[in-house]
Order: sequence, then structure tokens, then C-alpha cells
Amino acid sequence: MPTLKKSLGLRAALLSFLIFAAIVGLWQIAAQPPAASGPAVDPEYAKLVGAAAATGTKSAMPTPADIGVTIWKHLMDPFYVKGTNDKGIGIQLAYSLGRVLLGFGLAALFAVPLGFLIGMSPLVYRALDPFIQILKPVSPLAWMPLALYTIKDSAISSIFVIFICSVWPMLINTAFGVASVRREWLNVARTLEVGPFRTAFKVILPAAAPTIMTGMRISIGIAWLVIVAAEMLVGGTGIGYFVWNEWNNLSIANIVTAILLIGVVGLLLDQGLARLTKLVTYPE
Amino acid sequence: MFKDPFDPKTLLRQRCACGGDHAPADHARLSAVPTSDEQRFGRVVDAAVLRAVFPVDARRRLFLKTVGAATAMAAISSVFPLATAREAFAQGGAPEKKDLKVGFIPITCATPIIMAHPMGFYSKQGLNVEVVKTAGWAVIRDKSLAKEYDAAHMLSPMPLAISLGVGSNPVPWTMPAIENINGQAITLAIKHKDKRNPKDWKGFRFAVPFDYSMHNYLLRYYVAEHGLDPDKDISIRSVPPPEMVANLRADNIDGYLGPDPFNQRAVFDGIGFIHLLTKELWDGHPCCAFTVSKEFATQNPNAYRALLKSIIDATAYASKQENRKEIAKAIAPTNYLNQPETVLEQILTGTYADGLGAVKKDPNRIDFDPFPWNQFAIWIMTQMKRWGQLKGDVDYAKVAADVYLATDTANMMKEMGLTPPDPSKKTIVVMGKAFDPAKPNEYVDSFAIKRS
Repeated sequence: MPTLKKSLGLRAALLSFLIFAAIVGLWQIAAQPPAASGPAVDPEYAKLVGAAAATGTKSAMPTPADIGVTIWKHLMDPFYVKGTNDKGIGIQLAYSLGRVLLGFGLAALFAVPLGFLIGMSPLVYRALDPFIQILKPVSPLAWMPLALYTIKDSAISSIFVIFICSVWPMLINTAFGVASVRREWLNVARTLEVGPFRTAFKVILPAAAPTIMTGMRISIGIAWLVIVAAEMLVGGTGIGYFVWNEWNNLSIANIVTAILLIGVVGLLLDQGLARLTKLVTYPE
Repeated sequence: MFKDPFDPKTLLRQRCACGGDHAPADHARLSAVPTSDEQRFGRVVDAAVLRAVFPVDARRRLFLKTVGAATAMAAISSVFPLATAREAFAQGGAPEKKDLKVGFIPITCATPIIMAHPMGFYSKQGLNVEVVKTAGWAVIRDKSLAKEYDAAHMLSPMPLAISLGVGSNPVPWTMPAIENINGQAITLAIKHKDKRNPKDWKGFRFAVPFDYSMHNYLLRYYVAEHGLDPDKDISIRSVPPPEMVANLRADNIDGYLGPDPFNQRAVFDGIGFIHLLTKELWDGHPCCAFTVSKEFATQNPNAYRALLKSIIDATAYASKQENRKEIAKAIAPTNYLNQPETVLEQILTGTYADGLGAVKKDPNRIDFDPFPWNQFAIWIMTQMKRWGQLKGDVDYAKVAADVYLATDTANMMKEMGLTPPDPSKKTIVVMGKAFDPAKPNEYVDSFAIKRS
């Protein structure tokens, strides 16, 4: 059995590598600049335009090699500061992470206790349900103008947007987890005359913890999605601002770099919470 | 204004409308005289002191003739510390607030605001300014209204719209300086290279940077003059400038009337060509502006003065052709415009590739002139009215004077030894049609295609 498992892992890794190589290879071929097709332009004109336009074509997609070079350049010097609007990618990621963790933390502080309340009381659940259902599907970017208008501070606005978007999965999952704690356990607690607070912390919380953590995992994913969009809109600092700034420059290589880094950080956040979920799950 | 006040032949009397001691016709020749700011400031101070010592011009000249300029200088310096006065003047009062944040959109219109940072125009006035790149016009407006920015780069119609409460709450906003004139263009996708007549543009999808922008009004004006109704025959939507090139590439739009560098950038990337420069529609039209809230200007008069001085100074520097290459280099890095230097150089020097294989030369493609003519504001309001953005009656002249601070700018220019233009002399001609700022309502009524 272990050898089979090992070989499966090995084969999966091999397959992943092959897929990666195939994508990169196809991309490299597809992104080759086409041979000069248009009429030859006069050299004075050619000096004033990009290489592609000089041969009568549109500028091409960068090749994987170009992107590799760009990534290397960013990773070699991630923490430089060359002015308000030009900071290293490491600093930008740190800004974004800071905002996400702050917004997410506030959301957790708000959602878990409220979710507990909702889960324990069918009355509150029913009363709050319409609000939750309406607000839950609202896109983060729809909140942004309202936040900017009312809060009047772009930094707090983006944290608010993270908060408002990551609060719902945690709230709903907490309520669901609390509401679906097994009756028998609660009955046992009641038979043993355990006080309500003790029941909440010793019985309900551990039982609902895995569900709550799942909600948190969904939330952090959403928060990380949202921050990029919010920062693109507001600008200033953060990885979203970096993407926007490079978009200004139509620099696809830099944007792809940012996309890959956003993916990696998102993965790390998700895996971190997955580990925490495992810690609080008890086998029955 | 720039004559050496110690020259006995100089008449030192306030005569010209600009406040200078010369005939209005001499403006152009005289503005070339001072070679550096120190000299310019110095002369202004010298003149002021001499005027105070010898209120009667004839006596001053007599005195100078008898003793000579050098002796006169020494004599006056012994009783009046001229050097200190010059220094004090150059600095103004100490700014109430030294650390300022100025928001900008990364386009070449903002050149004076941006270049003042790397080239030291702010620090020369004792300010520590942070120039912050901002993602879009709505955001720059909201951040300014929220006082996150002390001053901001805006489109010249925006302070009017904010003051009038069009598209936001009414907040008194002022525009002490225009940044650039001209400098915009209509860019079309390469596939339309044979459709150069706007009559063939039915169904085209156009982008402009913002609803309250010169771009929107000029595009509407242009197509309407060619018989197309901008609301029915074409579609115009507001798209942030950097997205214009991407959208043109993706074939989501057929063209745009947008700010540079994105016209030249479309050419650089082989996506579009420059159909015409907006200069060809209205030579000398305003585009972007340097704006502050009325509150900031009144609460921090010295900081406001210092800031405005830096901007006027930078604008004057940018208006000189020979400085343009240096400026292109200063504003190209990621921290500022984040564009290839050659693109900026083509825009600023006016020797550019048109996207169809030709190299064109037009040194006035973009120019920089800080003076906020009230006529500009009135013209913009007539267009707001024409396209239904502004409803009801408007006191054109009053709003224009409240928002476009021509008097402040003129005073500041005088203090700096620059020559402000004569406000009554400005004429506006858009596509061959003259505009009379005294009759805004008649002007609106004179158009065949309009909403109101």
C-alpha cells in the first residue's frame, strides 16, 4: 500500500510537470513575434514606435522566458522603495496582506459571536436571515463607492470592503455549525446540569469548530480575491495597485508576475487555515 | 517687469494691465530676459524697494544717473537689507503645513504637478510634497473631498462640477491654475484607417476619460459639427485612460478622445493611429487643472501660495520647448507615469509617429500655460448645459470667477516676475466658430444638435 501511494504521488508530480511544460512550451511558440508582414517603414518612424509596430503588427504577448526574467528581477529585489508610487513587490504584498488580515480579523471578531447567537436562537436566525441573504451576494466593488463616500478614507474603506465581504461565509457557517450540533450532546449536557456558558464553550464550540473554520477558510479566500480588486480601484499601495500601475504601462510580463504571486500567497493563506481546521477537528 | 530697476532709463510705474512697467505689446520680448528664478525674484524685490524709496519716478532716475547703479545698490543696501528681502520674498511666509499630499492621474497633462517633485520645484518653495498616483477621476474626486489630498490634479470641468454639485455634493472648489493646453487626440483603431471622415462613424463606440471632461465635450462638439448626434449615432462611455488602449486592442471600442500618453502609446504598440490632435479643433483649449478646496486655500494661505508658486513655476519651465526632453526623462519612471521614455518624448516635443507610417511635427501638440481664463469655464458650462448635464439657469460669469481663480494666479505670476496675460484679450474659437463669453445662452441655442 505505501509503495503504491508513493508511486501515485510521484506519478501525479510527473504529470503536473508535463502539463506545466506543455503549457509553457505552447505559450512560448504562440508568443513568438510574427515575421515582419507589413510594409517596411522608414527608419525614422521605426525609432519612434515599439518593435512590433515598426513591422506593421500589434505588440505581442511576452514569452514565458520574458516573464521568467521579470519574476527573477522582482524576487531579487522585493523590498526597494523608489518613491511613493514605486515600491518593491514584497512591500506591496505586505500591504495587501496587512489589509486582508485586519479586515478578516475584524470580520471574524464580529461574525463568530453573532453566528453563535444566530445558531442558538431560531428566532434571531429567522429575523436576520433576509438581511444576510440580500447582502451576501453583493460584489465587493459595489461597496467601494459607498465606503469611500461615507468613511472618507481610502485605507479604511478597503479594510471595510474586506470586512463586509468576508463576514458572510463565517457568519453563515458559524450559525449552521452551532445549529447543527447533535441534540444528544446537548441533552447529555443538560442532564448533567451544565450551565449555558459552559455548554457553549465546552460542548457547542468544539463541535462547531470545524464548520466555523471551513467558513473562515472560504472567507480568507474571498478576502484575498477582494483586496486585489479594491486596491486596483483605490490605488496607492498593495499588490492590486501594482497590477493597476503595470496595466497603465501595458506591461503584461509584470502583470503575469503579480498574478502568480497572488496565486501563491492565496494558496499559503488557504493552506494555513486548512492546517488550523485539522487541529480543531476531533475524530468521532 | 523684467527691466533692471537700477537702469536709469527704466520707467518704474505701474502701467500695463499686467502690473508691469511696460507697454502691453512688450510682453513677449520682456519675458525672455530673466535667466533664472533668483534673478527674477531679485529684480521684483529690487523694484519694490526702489519704488518705496523713490515714489517719484523722475527722482529715482535722476538719482541713478548721478551716482550710478552700483553705488545706488550699495547705498540702499546699507539702510535696507536687500538680500534678506529677496530671500524672504522668494520664500513667502512660512507655510502652515509643509507635508502635503497631491494626487495625480498618470497622464502627461499632469506634467507640471509630477515634474515639480523630481525636479525640485516643490522643495524650492520649502514644501515637502508627496505626489500620489491615483486610479481614476472619481477616486481622485472622492479622495480630495475626503481631504486625503491637499491638492489634486483634476480635469478642468471637475472643479466646476464639484462646486455646482453636479455628480457629487456641492463643495466650494477652486482652480487656481490650468496645467496644460492642447495635448489630447482622437485615436482610432488601425482597421478604421480609411474612415477619416466622421460622417462614416455611425455606430462607432468611443471612450472618453470622464463625463465631466474636455474630452467628452470636444468629442461631442466634433461629431455634432459633422452632423452626428453623440447620444444617438455613436456611443460614448467613460473609461479610465489606461484601459482605453487595452480596450482598443481587444476591439471593445473603435476609438477614443483621450489624454496622452495613451494616444501615443496606442501608436507605439501598433494598435491605433492618431486621427487628429485636439489642437486642430480648438488651439489652446484647457485640459487638466491644479485644484484645491476653498477651505484649504483659506485656512493655509501660505502653504497655498507656496504650492501655487511651485506649480506656476513648473508650468513655466515646462512651457519651454528646450526643457521638454529633460522633463520626459524625469517623469517616465515607474514612480510617476511608468511609460517608455520615447513615448513621452514624442508627446512633449511634438515630433511623433502618427501610427500610419508618417512622422509628424507639431511643437504645440501639448503646451503648458497656467492661466485659468474665466472664458474657459464659461465655455465648459455652456457645453454642460448643451448636453443636459446642467439644468436650469446658471450665473455663468459668477461661477466662473468663483472657481477659476484668474486674479489669484495673475497676482502670483506678477510676484514671481512672470507676465500674466490680459484677461479681456482672450478669444475662443472652436472649429472655426467664435465664442462670446458675454452671451453664453445664445451660444448654447446656436447649436443644432443639443439636449436642452
